[in-house]
Amino acid sequence: MTTADVLIIVGPTPSSPRKIDRAAIGFGRKATDCISGELDLLLLGPAAETASSQFAHLGARKIYTIGHADLANYTAEAYTHAVCDFTSERNYRFLGGSASSATRDYFPRVAARLGIPMASEVLEIDQLTADQAQLVRAVFVGNLLATLSISGPQILATCRASAFEVPAEEVATESPVEVVTISHALALAGKQFLSLTEQTSDRPDLTEAEIIVSGGRGTRGAEGFQLLEQLADQLGAAIGCTRAVVDSGWMPNDLQVGQTGKVVAPKLYFAVAISGAIQHMAGMRSSKTVVAINKDPDAPIFEIADLGLVADMLEAVPQLTEALKG
Amino acid sequence: MKILVTIKRTPHRDARMRVAADGKSLETGDIAFEINPFDEIAVEEALRIKEAGKAQEVVAVTVGLEVAREQLLAALAMGADRGILVNSGGAAEKQELDSLQIAKTLSAVIQSEQPGLVIMGKLATDDENWQIAPMVAELLGWPQATFASKLELSEDGKTAQVTREVDAGLEEVELTLPALVTVDLRINEPRYASLPGIMKAKRKPLDVIEIEDLGGLADLGGIGQSCVRTVSYRALPAKEKGILVDSAAALAAALKERKLV
Ligand SMILES: Cc1cc2nc3c(=O)[nH]c(=O)nc-3n(C[C@H](O)[C@H](O)[C@H](O)COP(=O)(O)OP(=O)(O)OC[C@H]3O[C@@H](n4cnc5c(N)ncnc54)[C@H](O)[C@@H]3O)c2cc1C
Ligand SMILES: Nc1ncnc2c1ncn2[C@@H]1O[C@H](COP(=O)(O)O)[C@@H](O)[C@H]1O
Repeated sequence: MTTADVLIIVGPTPSSPRKIDRAAIGFGRKATDCISGELDLLLLGPAAETASSQFAHLGARKIYTIGHADLANYTAEAYTHAVCDFTSERNYRFLGGSASSATRDYFPRVAARLGIPMASEVLEIDQLTADQAQLVRAVFVGNLLATLSISGPQILATCRASAFEVPAEEVATESPVEVVTISHALALAGKQFLSLTEQTSDRPDLTEAEIIVSGGRGTRGAEGFQLLEQLADQLGAAIGCTRAVVDSGWMPNDLQVGQTGKVVAPKLYFAVAISGAIQHMAGMRSSKTVVAINKDPDAPIFEIADLGLVADMLEAVPQLTEALKG
Repeated sequence: MKILVTIKRTPHRDARMRVAADGKSLETGDIAFEINPFDEIAVEEALRIKEAGKAQEVVAVTVGLEVAREQLLAALAMGADRGILVNSGGAAEKQELDSLQIAKTLSAVIQSEQPGLVIMGKLATDDENWQIAPMVAELLGWPQATFASKLELSEDGKTAQVTREVDAGLEEVELTLPALVTVDLRINEPRYASLPGIMKAKRKPLDVIEIEDLGGLADLGGIGQSCVRTVSYRALPAKEKGILVDSAAALAAALKERKLV
């Protein structure tokens, strides 16, 4: 018998909650509201224990941390093992987290190991009972919404961070923390972590930013991006781009927005010299306000733009940066 | 070594799908289908490994209806050696197969084929589940490297070094074979099938296995019940039409007026 409780899994755990972690907790709260259960938090990775105090005012009944040596460098196999060891003794109704390159990598392994159904990148929880769930998610390159009916006493689901926000005010009571120790190995012999080359930048992270200035192939590389960076500096914005830009080697892969890149929903999104392919729109169409600058008046991006300017970006962007200074 | 690649028949990458009047199905009448773009990349990667002399055979597998033969033929036309169609027809009439069931089916095929390497797409562009590949790796107890932008086999063919595109940047891992890799967009540019390739494909072996007859599923605890079904579709809420401004200065003014900057 499962309980009516919800477990939100964060891992690898950052030093303090990111937007996507808060959204995961918002997702978990939505689930507990449906089944009148309690919400626990599982933090995994080397930073889990020290970061737990940063997660202590988000309303969790309890925070569990696992900081096993095999989790020091991320591998799907070890994280899967840790989650499954933890959940096997505790009968949560709903296991959840936020969609990221890590959860896309290890959550399906957890579902397979536990033999439970999984829903990816959920946008809405319509219904959740003891053995049934109705969840809404985007399909067909973000063009349609599908309602899934999921049966079974336990499910695993990730959410799109853009769809769930936690209330800004923090909960006064502090969640108690329990450090969970696992004494056996978690790593799989056939997998070796070698290195992680992180892109560092002074700008806000794409998935955290309130404003994103994004450029497409029409920027013609460094020439155009330099202008976009000046605009981003003026606005304190993050920089994003299309697949075409990453493929051309103008920008690193972690800045790609779209179906196969990051899904973002900032307050303001500038799409500059971006045609508006459906795969790009799939990653930014939930932005509150979209501004498009393109020299082609028929570019599809104008279909979803709130504010559009038909112009050459090489001229219009510096003018805009200048005008925003005043 | 044998490489196994998985193929899914998906609506064309730029198709705009519409919901049918019943709200439960999709209008597919005028939609063209293709190999899931990421699976096409998987086929290409397998062929390049074979052409480099590090594999002898490339087998393409799909779980689906008879119509998916078309996509297997496309993979054979690119250069794959053999195709396997696991016909889910009977099962599909009764129920929709969910990700875990497809993963179990693929795992059963992999266990009987015993490839050294399985290459899959990182996602299927229709349901965008991002699930089946890690599920297969887990069911097999294999190491995985998802979202590969580079894949290199060692000289002795025992390990693979993979560069992964992750949220923070690029990660490198080493897998001991047998292993499963999913490919991302930037790993290669898939070839077009040549005319002789298309002609040859028709003569290549293409086995059809009824899902009920698939040995090996029992070892995985049986295919089980379908637990995830799509009950309805709806279009995105319509967006209010935006306005065009005629200069950068007007754009700046509009942004300020709306208190967006
Ligand atoms: C399976 C798959 C997955 C994909 N995933 C993604 C993804 O995640 N993200 C993504 O972005 N794409 C993705 N794509 C690619 C996508 O289909 C498009 O090819 C890509 O988004 C186009 O990028 P772009 O708009 O920069 O380039 P283009 O389509 O070439 O558009 C350039 C635009 O710039 C304009 N322009 C040119 N010069 C100027 C100027 N001086 N001033 C103003 N405007 C100018 C042009 O009018 C044009 O509209 C994917 C494709 C596939 C098949
Ligand atoms: N019916 C299927 N038959 C064979 N392979 C499939 C099938 N469905 C999905 N896949 C594979 O699983 C990968 C990931 O799909 P998904 O998890 O559905 O996003 C795809 O790239 C395919 O290679």
